[in-house]
Amino acid sequence: MTSDVATRTPGSRSDNVDGRRGRAALRGLLRWETALAGVLIATLIFGSSTSSTFLSSTNLFYIGLNMGEIAIMALPLTLIIITGEIDLSVASMLGLSGTVMGVLFSHGWPVWLAMAAALVVGALGGTLNGVLVAKLGLPSIAVTIGTLTLFRGIAEILLAPRTITGFPPSLTKIGVAPVPGTQVAYSAAIFLILAVIAGIVLHAAPLGRALVAIGLQREAAQFAGIRVNRIKFWLFVLSGVMCAFAGILFTLKNASVSYDAGTGLELNVVAIVLFGGVSIFGGRGTVVGVVLSVAIVGCLTQALTQRNVQPEVQNIILGVLLLISVVIPNGGEAIRRIRDRARRRA
Amino acid sequence: MSTAVITPTPTARPRRLESLLRARELGIALAIIVVFGLTTLNNHAFAHASSIQQLLTGAALIALLGVGETMVIVTRNVDLSVGSVVGLSAYIVGDLFKHHHQMPVVAGFAVAIGLGAAIGAINGLVTTVARVPSLVVTLAMLYIVRGIDGVIVNGTTIDPGSIPQAFITFGYRSLLGIPWLAIIVAVVVAAAGYAMRSFRWGRDLYAIGSNPDAAALAGIPSGRRVFTAFLVSGALAGLAGALFLAIHAQVDVTGGIGYELSVIAAVVVGGVAIFGGSGTVLGAALGALLLNTINQALVATKISSFWNEAIAGALLLAAIAFDRWLSLRVARNLRSAEGAHRDL
Repeated sequence: MTSDVATRTPGSRSDNVDGRRGRAALRGLLRWETALAGVLIATLIFGSSTSSTFLSSTNLFYIGLNMGEIAIMALPLTLIIITGEIDLSVASMLGLSGTVMGVLFSHGWPVWLAMAAALVVGALGGTLNGVLVAKLGLPSIAVTIGTLTLFRGIAEILLAPRTITGFPPSLTKIGVAPVPGTQVAYSAAIFLILAVIAGIVLHAAPLGRALVAIGLQREAAQFAGIRVNRIKFWLFVLSGVMCAFAGILFTLKNASVSYDAGTGLELNVVAIVLFGGVSIFGGRGTVVGVVLSVAIVGCLTQALTQRNVQPEVQNIILGVLLLISVVIPNGGEAIRRIRDRARRRA
Repeated sequence: MSTAVITPTPTARPRRLESLLRARELGIALAIIVVFGLTTLNNHAFAHASSIQQLLTGAALIALLGVGETMVIVTRNVDLSVGSVVGLSAYIVGDLFKHHHQMPVVAGFAVAIGLGAAIGAINGLVTTVARVPSLVVTLAMLYIVRGIDGVIVNGTTIDPGSIPQAFITFGYRSLLGIPWLAIIVAVVVAAAGYAMRSFRWGRDLYAIGSNPDAAALAGIPSGRRVFTAFLVSGALAGLAGALFLAIHAQVDVTGGIGYELSVIAAVVVGGVAIFGGSGTVLGAALGALLLNTINQALVATKISSFWNEAIAGALLLAAIAFDRWLSLRVARNLRSAEGAHRDL
């Protein structure tokens, strides 16, 4: 880390960016979330024009059901990206925890114990990521590509090519029934509660300010007395546990598990977080933005599915949204730069 | 970085640094030989010519993609769109052959490379002009290209019958026992390796990755160089798509899915630093070969192939940790030799 920081800090560009960031931070953030809210409203209008039942409670249930696990994994990832790191192993951990739960259950363990074991596996996997990134100082993108492969590989060893089914119906009902008295899917309800907690931690607690500080200037945060490495370590452990939890929900929802559950979802989770306005460089991002991003992607997918649009087109739309989300905030500056250059040449 | 001369005088510091890094490629080559030897002891069929050909063919695509990915990663960027480009290029070339059966084979390759280069150019332009992180740009491009692929494919499959025989033979024909695929990849690796070692723009890529600000102050046209790296990566991904079609003789919408992470894994195992500034295309290609050798060895020794992914993951982690240890050692050596003022 040290050499990396040393090469980055003396840049006049980053100083410049920080100064501007300080002034425009609040306004800029507000604008991005406002834009997201606008997009969400447009999506809802688009959905309602597709079918009169779009805003019905059944549809709401299905949107929640589809997005729940991805959304839950997006929350710890948001915190991690804000500190300037990344965790690409989330979907593999989802698959591994479901696999562990399924294998133990098939060996006659009580389902609650199997679920607890899955959470422990999540904590262990997160600890591995945390040790490699925070203690040894290895680049998180490379480490978590490694653990992405490793976790999926362990799941493959444990379970492939079998599929485990037969979980108790009292639990698998979360895949077909909403929380009693409401029309919200269990996973979506859990996500909303967790999002409130994450929002409070990030925006109203000292820890949240510490996360932003680490993302903006790691060294300065260190000198300000923030225990950078310890915080990063626990964030990765948290991510592991949450993804394991998402894996349990995913398994119960489908009432079955195979080792390849959720393969490739990591990029969806990353895309949702970034579309929510979280900067890949760290230091910027809000939970509100990520929640809005989840809602937009969920509603848009549902609306397009109801229009019988191929799932492939939905990929294009997600990609374009992602591209727009980074290009627009930088677009003004780029145009100014090009104009400057043209003027200098003239 | 991989100079062909080793002199037995370890006094000159740059040379020692060089030989350290050089050991990386040697180390991977040794690892390949060890895995190969142990497997052959267990199963003598592993050393048969056909088995070796399979090893080379299997690693060819990832090695080819690794060349472009190395150029991009060396500049402190990343290209996640390569897997999608492989899929799209393979299908479009297949579709062209299906409708124009008389189309010359060369035209198929040209279309593939052109298509990949166009996508690479978009990646490069958005990254350098709008100055947005390439991770996000190429992640978006991964989805967009995959989506376009899905719309074009529309549930169909290109089957061997619609591809000219001359094209498919590329997948298994060999010259003096060496598969054509391996020859193509070796030529690309050699050319790219030479360019990155000896050409000015090649050295510029390393300078940009080592210290972007210093590179800009030194007058290196960073934007143009990074753009070129993305262009090459895209073009090679397009070429890999055509070769994918030649190897498998068929392609559907799943072609190339997940390649991006395999490529990055091979590149990192091959000693390319994920934060830019160091690594060689030869290392990346050897990394791809090592991962594929392990893969095939698991099959040959009848250890379940289910172990493959876990071993690849563990190997990747070991490679990253090793790189870290190496760079700490090099940094310490430099510091003790030239004083602390230099580093801070």
